[in-house]
Amino acid sequence: MDASNLALFWAGVVALSILIYVVLDGFDLGVGVLFGTTDDESHRAAMMNSIAPFWDGNETWLVMIGVCLFAAFPVVYTVFLGAFYVPVLLLMVGLIFRGVAFEYRDRSERMRPVWDFGFSAGSTMVGFVQGAAIGGVMLGLPVHDGQFAGGSTQWLAPFPLLTGVGLVLGYSLLGAGWLVLKSEGELRDWAYARIPWLAGGVLAVLGIAAFLTLDYSEIAKGHWSERRWGLVFPAIGALALIGVAVGTRRRHDVLPFAMTVLFVVASFATLAVMFWPYMIPYSITIASAAAPEASLSFLFYGAGLFVLPVIAVYTFRVYWLFRGKVTKGYG
Amino acid sequence: MDLDPLLLSRIQFAFVVSFHIIFPAFTIGIAAWLATIEGARLVTGDELYRRVFDFWLKVFSVSFGMGVVTGIVMAFQFGTNWGVLSLRMGSIQGPLLGYEGFTAFMLEATFFGVMLFGRDRVSPRAYLFACCMVSLGTMFSSFWILANNSWMQVPVGHAIVDGRIVPADWWTITTGPIQRVRWPHMLLAAFLTTGMCVIATGAWYALRRVHLPESRVMLNWGLALVAALIPFQLVAGHLTGGYVHDHQPAKFAAIEARWTSQQPATEVLLAIPDQTLERNRFAVEVPKLGSFIATGTWDSREAGLDDFAPRDRPPVPIPFFAFRIMVGAGLVMLAISWFGNVLRLRGTLETTRWFLWCAYLSFPSGFVAIIAGWLTAEVGRQPWVVYGLLRTEDAITPSLTGGDVLLSLTGYVLVYSVVIPFGVYYIYKLLRDGPAAKEERPRGR
Repeated sequence: MDASNLALFWAGVVALSILIYVVLDGFDLGVGVLFGTTDDESHRAAMMNSIAPFWDGNETWLVMIGVCLFAAFPVVYTVFLGAFYVPVLLLMVGLIFRGVAFEYRDRSERMRPVWDFGFSAGSTMVGFVQGAAIGGVMLGLPVHDGQFAGGSTQWLAPFPLLTGVGLVLGYSLLGAGWLVLKSEGELRDWAYARIPWLAGGVLAVLGIAAFLTLDYSEIAKGHWSERRWGLVFPAIGALALIGVAVGTRRRHDVLPFAMTVLFVVASFATLAVMFWPYMIPYSITIASAAAPEASLSFLFYGAGLFVLPVIAVYTFRVYWLFRGKVTKGYG
Repeated sequence: MDLDPLLLSRIQFAFVVSFHIIFPAFTIGIAAWLATIEGARLVTGDELYRRVFDFWLKVFSVSFGMGVVTGIVMAFQFGTNWGVLSLRMGSIQGPLLGYEGFTAFMLEATFFGVMLFGRDRVSPRAYLFACCMVSLGTMFSSFWILANNSWMQVPVGHAIVDGRIVPADWWTITTGPIQRVRWPHMLLAAFLTTGMCVIATGAWYALRRVHLPESRVMLNWGLALVAALIPFQLVAGHLTGGYVHDHQPAKFAAIEARWTSQQPATEVLLAIPDQTLERNRFAVEVPKLGSFIATGTWDSREAGLDDFAPRDRPPVPIPFFAFRIMVGAGLVMLAISWFGNVLRLRGTLETTRWFLWCAYLSFPSGFVAIIAGWLTAEVGRQPWVVYGLLRTEDAITPSLTGGDVLLSLTGYVLVYSVVIPFGVYYIYKLLRDGPAAKEERPRGR
């Protein structure tokens, strides 16, 4: 069975939302991770300031992914959330603690260390479980009768743990690039100094992960041999990391962030080549997961034609409104 | 001991949704209040409104943040714990909740940034526009949530094809007769909730003789708005009762604690319903009034719980008491707002200290009414999750174990018991310090 055009459209929206989410919330989660590695209050305050106007908008893309899946591919929504019951719980706990930190840390003196810890530990946990979920999905999920049919600790395997660490490093790299882009002086130097280490870490973890994937998955291997053209994406990813290095060496404030974004896009495309047309390898395809056409078209005429373009324009506008270096905060 | 994932999942859902609803309800009201005050400032040019605005904006910001974080939990709750519900009803509930996400996202997250940080970066008119869009966004969000819930209460506009539930008529699903009654009921509840908080804050300052100009703005506007809105809420509430009577007779019987069908029906004003003996203890009753409330006649036959098979009956005590608590809270709002306006017109509002104390202490009335109202609606729908289509016991994710849910329930309880008291405390501090308090440090420093 082939997927209908509407199903492909919504699969595209989900894919694009995941990509946008990883880039946007990625940098502010990364700033959260880096926040935990410094005690300097002026750095910490500047870090918070650099993401304050954006984080909740960025996080809403996660809700967007959730609701798009629920609306257009209910079976994927159900299987995924059933399979990652505990990671989703940890994700929520992490998101809650990092979210409230924005409001709470300024309003408290004695409790501030607690909220600060919640902010950095929460950000790290969010990145980790998201990475672990990606790894868990790559390993494949058993499905019976439209429901997840495995155990709740299935995700606790070496490969998902590795991808979890990989995503934390990747988010930190995005965060460091963002800080370079948005800050000046000492904090910018501080962020610059961390970029080579983070980029090296990302490269190492991804290299091992790619090797392991080819080792265990015959289907992924088969897809690679059919889709040789897809190798262009890992190549772009490698070039992007070189770009990060060049940008850091030349002290070009935009290049590290831009190149890291390109790297994320290339990695995402690499995954897509490996797994298309599966939404959950190797049991659920786009066609088999799609909601009835009546649901997909109801969504399309309101959300697809109207809401999504508006969101695109306004997301851009908000970033434009708060463009440039942060000196004294936006408040 | 065997842990029951169904019972634990129900407790977990009730827990996270009850804490969540407090914040969006407050936020819907504050957003409308802010847009109103900003409009008043633009029209009159009075800087007093600006101070009141800036003050409530801070409260809005904390409340909004808590709404977002507790709301993300909700967005995933259906899939994690209610897998069969999500899969079977996803083709209808998915798009409705999807539109909630889209709307919230489009209007709140984008314009909200402008509202918080953009005061000096956009023109006053554009700023007012952003305030209105945020307010509209919160209202539209509630529209979709209510559309989804109304469909779960009385499913309409769907078809069953090969055992799958598919949408047949979206217009009926989104704007059916029940939704048209319940959405206004919820919106008014949110406005009244915030209105009572505005009144209470104004009364608090008046009692302490601080921030008097701002206090007057809050008391005048708050009392006038609540007094004007409450009659509409009485009508909306009555119409909501009408739909329950016509479409969910078992829920109606539970609310009335009517164990056996009666003609004419007695109205039980107060009692302690005894679920095991299936009768009421210490009942205070009025003969024939039950028929009148239900149908407007004095002799109609009204269904009792004995009209339904035991497995189709909802539990009685929670809907019975929750409904009466909701009505009681509504009467408190009515009394405070109408009597307050009498005092205001007489010019003795600020000197009638006992009344100011009453107004101050009635700040939770709206929250109490909302939670009690939702308990009535949701517990009264049991044993169904989607009325007549899917039982709650059949809706749970099959792979879940009792241990998983115990872990997550414990996790949410622990996290919420740290995060929410502090959030409430910070809101309390903001309210206590008031508008003229020392300039708040900008966020992030």
